[in-house]
Amino acid sequence: MTAPRTAIALLILAFSQATPAAAQVFDAESFTLANGLEVVAVANHRAPVVSSMIWYKVGSADEEPGKSGLAHMVEHMMFKGTKTVAPGMFSHLVAENGGRDDAFTSFDYTAFYQDIAVDRLPEVLRLEADRMTNLSLHEKDFAPEHQVVLEELRMRVDNSPGGKLNEQMNASLFLNAPYHHPVIGWRSEVEHFTLADVIAFQRRWYAPNNAILVVSGDITAAQLKPIVEKYFGPLPRRKLPPRVRLDEPPPLAARTVVLRDPNVHQPDWNRLYLAPSYSTGDTKYTYALEVLAEVIGADSSSRLYRHLVIEQKLASEVWAGYSPESLGPTSFDFYASPNPGVDLDKLGAAMDAEILDLVDKGVAADEVERAKTKLRAQVAYARDSYQTGARVLGSALATGRTVADVQEWPQRIAAVTPELVNEAARAVLRDLRSVTGLLLPARPGEEASGGNAPEQPIPELGRSLR
Amino acid sequence: MNARAFLGTLAIGLAIALPARAMSIERVSSPGGIAAWLVEDHTNPIVAMSVSVSGGAALDPDGKAGLANLVADLLDEGAGDLDSQAYQGKLNDLAIELSFEVGHDSLNIDLKTLTENRETAFGLLGLALAKPRFDPDAIERVRSQELSALAQELADPHAVANRALAAMLFPNHPYGRPAKGDPESVKAIARDDLAAWTAHHLGRDALIVSVVGDVTADRLKSLLDAAFAGLPAHADPVSVPEAEAQGAGKVQVIRRPFAQSVATFAEAGIKRADPDWYAAYVMNDILGGGGFSSRLMHEVREKRGLAYDTESYLIPRDHAALVGGGVATRNDRMADSLAVVRREWQRMADQGATAAELAAAKKYLNGSFPLELSSTGALAGLLNVIQRNGLGLDYLDRRRGLIDAVTMADTRRVARRLLRADRLATVVVGDPKGM
Repeated sequence: MTAPRTAIALLILAFSQATPAAAQVFDAESFTLANGLEVVAVANHRAPVVSSMIWYKVGSADEEPGKSGLAHMVEHMMFKGTKTVAPGMFSHLVAENGGRDDAFTSFDYTAFYQDIAVDRLPEVLRLEADRMTNLSLHEKDFAPEHQVVLEELRMRVDNSPGGKLNEQMNASLFLNAPYHHPVIGWRSEVEHFTLADVIAFQRRWYAPNNAILVVSGDITAAQLKPIVEKYFGPLPRRKLPPRVRLDEPPPLAARTVVLRDPNVHQPDWNRLYLAPSYSTGDTKYTYALEVLAEVIGADSSSRLYRHLVIEQKLASEVWAGYSPESLGPTSFDFYASPNPGVDLDKLGAAMDAEILDLVDKGVAADEVERAKTKLRAQVAYARDSYQTGARVLGSALATGRTVADVQEWPQRIAAVTPELVNEAARAVLRDLRSVTGLLLPARPGEEASGGNAPEQPIPELGRSLR
Repeated sequence: MNARAFLGTLAIGLAIALPARAMSIERVSSPGGIAAWLVEDHTNPIVAMSVSVSGGAALDPDGKAGLANLVADLLDEGAGDLDSQAYQGKLNDLAIELSFEVGHDSLNIDLKTLTENRETAFGLLGLALAKPRFDPDAIERVRSQELSALAQELADPHAVANRALAAMLFPNHPYGRPAKGDPESVKAIARDDLAAWTAHHLGRDALIVSVVGDVTADRLKSLLDAAFAGLPAHADPVSVPEAEAQGAGKVQVIRRPFAQSVATFAEAGIKRADPDWYAAYVMNDILGGGGFSSRLMHEVREKRGLAYDTESYLIPRDHAALVGGGVATRNDRMADSLAVVRREWQRMADQGATAAELAAAKKYLNGSFPLELSSTGALAGLLNVIQRNGLGLDYLDRRRGLIDAVTMADTRRVARRLLRADRLATVVVGDPKGM
């Protein structure tokens, strides 16, 4: 399915799983303009194309109370015209230059990208610089896009039992951190956005000193610099609001969230543990936790798969994952899907037993060595695609990391010891830090959970359908 | 029917134009008689191979839909002396990425490895193809995984709609059956069925092979033999009847408690070898294939805010072809969305594209080609599609000309021939009002 302009944090997960912020691999050079714009060029000369991405250091976690989802709404409106480019024309112009464009929003950032032949790069950078400061929005364009965002919310959340459960689990895990509310927002708040909300948010956060431009592909910093200077150099700095990531209070209670939905025919079991990120909490554990996730739940050779899928035959699928790339706290995640006829409680008890065993007895040195080898092998693959460098470096820089952090990732993984992995497991995999999520079919007569809330009347869009 | 996935492959095959940087495709023949296309690229220590084997889910026997899919699931679950865990352990430890996937017309194999492990990687593939174990415990485990996945699909309105549409379009043809089967048919598959499938359908003459990356032609020859020489010379001939899309004008509503209705629709389309293929390809890009610039996106999303996504696509299978599309909208506006889509469908049929649209589509389709060369694996897949469609080694050079040659009259003719809004077979899943 085409996934036009949007959202959400799946992408981060994909990177952390498959292409860990790869290191020496990236042939990266960076510089900063006088107005504060950070620029990175990542060379990959396989084909005469580039992936150009601008990352704004603003995401759903920067929204004010009552305005959840506004960062994502602003992302959509960035395509709705400037003083010189008509609404909707941005993507047309990119396409006419043989390029593809889209955008996405996450907790900590909003990113826009164009994949395009390198000789057309100046044109898209001109357009990108233009919409940073010259956005010119009108009610007639806001009204239909507001409806588009609500349709996106219906697709991602209302129509998806797993999407609904995921929101409920995050809200239960993050009591105080701004990841409590979903990136796409709570429907009751999204419905009430106004054009004025969008304009104010965009003016507050979109500025050269709050952005990172990463261009990866057939380009060098020397080639990139004059083009960037020409289009982005004249843009003024702005005074920026602080990015606040409130701490979590000490966790005191294991929580369980149960979501029943008539569209569920295959239940599943989920568990989140409040975990440190590269930026927040016990950061010394982050690389060890990446290794831990690989040891216990990354593939068909991992512990959980061997024990629960092959030996005990309780699960059809099982998985553990951890993405430390976040400005605030993050989570260490587990997922299991039962075999037909297996009770979800029984599967949950078996998962608990595995996690307990892990904390009690720890992992073996050879498990850690194998996991480290596998993680490092991924580095070569990360270098393969011209797009990966822009994505990995952009998301790292937008969440408080440096180019050097990314470049040193393999060494830091290599330095992880079994002792540190076990210490990290003991620190993080604790009941009090956890939220368990159960996805279950509805009981007879039960209605869809929240999905069929009464629809608001649709505003008149001024165009007849017939 | 997995229309979107199929379309993805197709779009790659067609979105080609000449890459600005010279790229030479070599034909390689191994001593064991395996032919392959090779693009050497020593930039990174990676080798990627894409293989297609003629004959896919369309060959599943009656009552055993999902057989080829189960075979694909099990090929990497133990072979030769290696049981499932031993085999998977080698792949995982060496970061060798091997996948088997079944479409209606073929089994597709993708292999990616670091150079240092390429002998092992091709050898493991050879073992999987020539000596799959089909151990009973692996079969039951994978069967459970498929049954769970089928149950999971019921929560996805797109999957429910696509299944129903395939059945409506091809009621008496294997294309009407889902490649993944249904719970009853998956339960009916026995070990003998799996073994018979590989015995009949895996042969050296059924292979189309393309390789990209850090390997020379000479070295590739021995790798090809390691992977494929263990197969019999011949596979059974593939025999699938031709099919015509049925269900013209039918609308089926499947009531489910979803907040947003999902519609999928199609009618008879155009095959890849048709002389009007490129006209249809460009026309479809304008109608609903071209991202944010298409007419459907403009009318349904940008202007009216009726949907987050809408699209049209061409599906040229070996034995039938479709032109179709989809849209998802809140329940009380689904009827409106479908009315807009049908109106655009018919407007294109009646009036064709404008000169400006045609020029813009050509610029996009030609200019965006090099974007497909994103990775070694993507390029290997692209070469495979070119081979499979018999487009020739010079296709990369010819493709721009084929696109540029499409005229206004061509798009008008092909739109009139293909598109009839009242002929669309439509399935809606959800709780649409007034339908």
